[in-house]
Amino acid sequence: MLDFGILFPAVLNGLTTGAVYALVALGLTLIYGVLHIINFAHGAALMMALYGVYFLKQYLGLDPYLALLPMVAVMFVGGYALQRGIINRASHGKDENILLVTLGLSIVLENIALLAFKSDTRTIDTPYTLATVAIGPAMIAVPKLVAFAGALVTSAVLLWIVRGTDLGRAIRAVAREKHGARLVGIDVDHVYAMSFGIGLACLGAAACFLLPAYYVNPQVGNGFVLVAFTIVVLGGMGSFAGALLGGLLIGVVESLGGLWFGESLGQIGIFLLFIAVLLFRPQGLFGAKA
Amino acid sequence: MNLLSPRRDLVQIAVFAAAMGVLALTTRSGVVLNFAMMALYGCLMAQAWNMLGGYGGQFSFGHALFFGTGAYVQAIAQLQGGLNPWLALPLAIVTACLVGLLIGALSFRYGLKGSYFALVTLAFAEVFRILALSVPFTGAGVGLMVPLKEGAANMQFGDRRGFVALALALVVCGLLLTTWLRHSRFGAWLQAVRDNEDAARAVGVDPFRVKLGAIGLSAAFMGAAGAFYVQVFQYIDPGIAFGPHTSVEALVAAIVGGLGTLWGPVLGALVLHLLADFTRSLFGGLPGINMIIYGAVLILIVMFAPRGILGMGQSVRGLWRRPASAPAATAPSREATRG
Amino acid sequence: MASPLLRLQGVSKSFGGLAAVRDVSLELPAGSLSALIGPNGAGKTTLFALMSGFIRPDAGRIEFDCADITGQPPHLNARRGMTRTFQIVQPFAAQTVRENIAVGAHLHCAGRQDALDEAEIVAQRVGLAHQLDKPAGDLTVAGRKRLELARTLATRPRLLLLDEVLAGLNPQEVADMVPVVRDIAAGGVTVLMIEHVMQAVMNLAGKVWVLAQGQLIAAGTPSEVTRDPAVIEAYLGHGTAQRLRRTAARESA
Repeated sequence: MLDFGILFPAVLNGLTTGAVYALVALGLTLIYGVLHIINFAHGAALMMALYGVYFLKQYLGLDPYLALLPMVAVMFVGGYALQRGIINRASHGKDENILLVTLGLSIVLENIALLAFKSDTRTIDTPYTLATVAIGPAMIAVPKLVAFAGALVTSAVLLWIVRGTDLGRAIRAVAREKHGARLVGIDVDHVYAMSFGIGLACLGAAACFLLPAYYVNPQVGNGFVLVAFTIVVLGGMGSFAGALLGGLLIGVVESLGGLWFGESLGQIGIFLLFIAVLLFRPQGLFGAKA
Repeated sequence: MNLLSPRRDLVQIAVFAAAMGVLALTTRSGVVLNFAMMALYGCLMAQAWNMLGGYGGQFSFGHALFFGTGAYVQAIAQLQGGLNPWLALPLAIVTACLVGLLIGALSFRYGLKGSYFALVTLAFAEVFRILALSVPFTGAGVGLMVPLKEGAANMQFGDRRGFVALALALVVCGLLLTTWLRHSRFGAWLQAVRDNEDAARAVGVDPFRVKLGAIGLSAAFMGAAGAFYVQVFQYIDPGIAFGPHTSVEALVAAIVGGLGTLWGPVLGALVLHLLADFTRSLFGGLPGINMIIYGAVLILIVMFAPRGILGMGQSVRGLWRRPASAPAATAPSREATRG
Repeated sequence: MASPLLRLQGVSKSFGGLAAVRDVSLELPAGSLSALIGPNGAGKTTLFALMSGFIRPDAGRIEFDCADITGQPPHLNARRGMTRTFQIVQPFAAQTVRENIAVGAHLHCAGRQDALDEAEIVAQRVGLAHQLDKPAGDLTVAGRKRLELARTLATRPRLLLLDEVLAGLNPQEVADMVPVVRDIAAGGVTVLMIEHVMQAVMNLAGKVWVLAQGQLIAAGTPSEVTRDPAVIEAYLGHGTAQRLRRTAARESA
């Protein structure tokens, strides 16, 4: 079981999956860091994005990687509208209410998808879906490699936005001190909606990278939600570095866990890790006390 | 709000029980009986959630954990243990209660609150669901079937009336317990911890003990609901037992009806089931319609009527939000100092 | 001499690198009405939190009635007879005044009706009798301060820690509240108050401790302490004491 020939591909696969997890978690941690809300609808939004990529391919023949720009744009606008229109209205104080609203949203979205698309699992067919590349003893699927690279690039773009632009400065200001930011003329509601939009835009990108190597059905969001939460809590709420490293780590843990314990029990490992982190180290490995 | 003596609550409960009893005995409509049974069953779950969420202020998103425990124990006790269902029922309730105490001890010992507590309960429910799915003892993905053997002695009533009576009895127990919470020292402590934990600690309340008691009670009633389900449908699987559908139904009904009230869960369950039946008649048996309604209702209630339909419950939004203009609670400019 | 009701020995607490409370020792005699004063950020509320058990000290020892209570949680301290109020009032906002006070009364009353009856009696003592059935969230700031006081009184405390109970009150409200506090102390309860309202301190307190930057810099009667140059420096800045003396000397010349 400790044979390098088996471990190495498992680790590599875990890293590629983990990079996409990281992208999902980045959006979640941005939303938490700025709005201080735990977006329970994140998984459902990813699911919708995956369906979006699927239908773009099925009906418009648009390659998922080419769909990147439109998906990111649509998810951004959708996120902005959602936050401004619904979530913001309910955001008066305790964040249990937001949790409830986002819970409600996730239920509505998931079941609308169930209604509209039935519960069949769908995949797409592209010329490179089955192509593989050899790295050492491992045969890595091309889509996964692209996903890995894509996730890293997207993360870099996200980091650049937050560190290097005026919007990013505004976001960081609002995250740190909302009232002070308002006093210096920053439109806090707009920044909130922008942040939520960016968080969801990350999901648009993640969906484009994910679908070629994965599948979509209405329940797919559930699996990602708790994994994303685990990563965010593990890495520290609001910490980008934490989300990135946490994502990669979880990807590898899941891959190795699946190797040794079988796939479903591997999932349990993640949840148990989640529970353990919540109980014993809620600030995560990198974050300040949340 | 709780000021009126328990007598008024008890009278209301008696009237309710009598009215339901009369309804069950006199109606000839199977539809009505079925509706009453499902509504009472939904009410039981809402009551359970209300004890922890409404009176205790701890929002659990994985309440199905306790439901599923009760359900599986009820099934397994009969299938593997050969126990009579009437004996299995208390076992199911106690086991669910113990699971509740365990989860509560872990969570509250480490000070989990608010969203973190909600997430942890969800994670536990998922863990149990995956375990149930993987382990042959629970029938794995296929689930467990309790063989048909009609008869009151076997808690499988041929006549729906029997189930209505059972559900009513459980609901009345829930109502009585809730009344106790409204007029007892334990209940006063619990609500104090809900409203302001630090202030409660300062006047001698032990938050850990109190929350633990609440989750134990809540889990017990939820376990009873799970056992009830098994008896009515003679079947249980991991998705029904530990899945989000059950957790959400309990939660939404309690919130819609009004948190922290005696009749909120009854009202909420009634409203939700009426809505569900109405949409079913409109849209037929489309999958997932129920859940869409529940989700939408949840969003609308939190946004527009956080105190529940009657406006009488604890505001889900937090207790400082009062409709009338409230004077500022904080001393001006001093609170920033730690002086 | 009787042993003190509360004794602190070398109590210290730091947050991160910041020393909030440094090596504080004091003894509070039973039946006294004392005050803890000091400029903002001195560590007074932190000291209260340490005494009542909301925070554990990094070093030092806290004794209540000769028993070591260092690190004990607040609810156990309350059962021993020490309760506190909060700088920012913390009512159970959705409950009525009567229900609020009853929570305190339940420390000694097991029965609901007993606790509610007791709440009524306590409410009368602090002047809230006519507002018993009002939701706590509807009270004015002054009302909430009284409510907080009543709730702690209902626990039948032996030691009451009042954290700025007069803050946020206008002069009339202060004047109304002072006799309530005095009445409580006259009833045998030992009271230690954090206060910024000097007039109240001078009027009420028998002994005053001064905390600045986490350390006790003076202790004595109100008039002794307010004349202490170290205290003046702490409040008004370095060199002020000297300047004041020179001004006074010049004026009297």
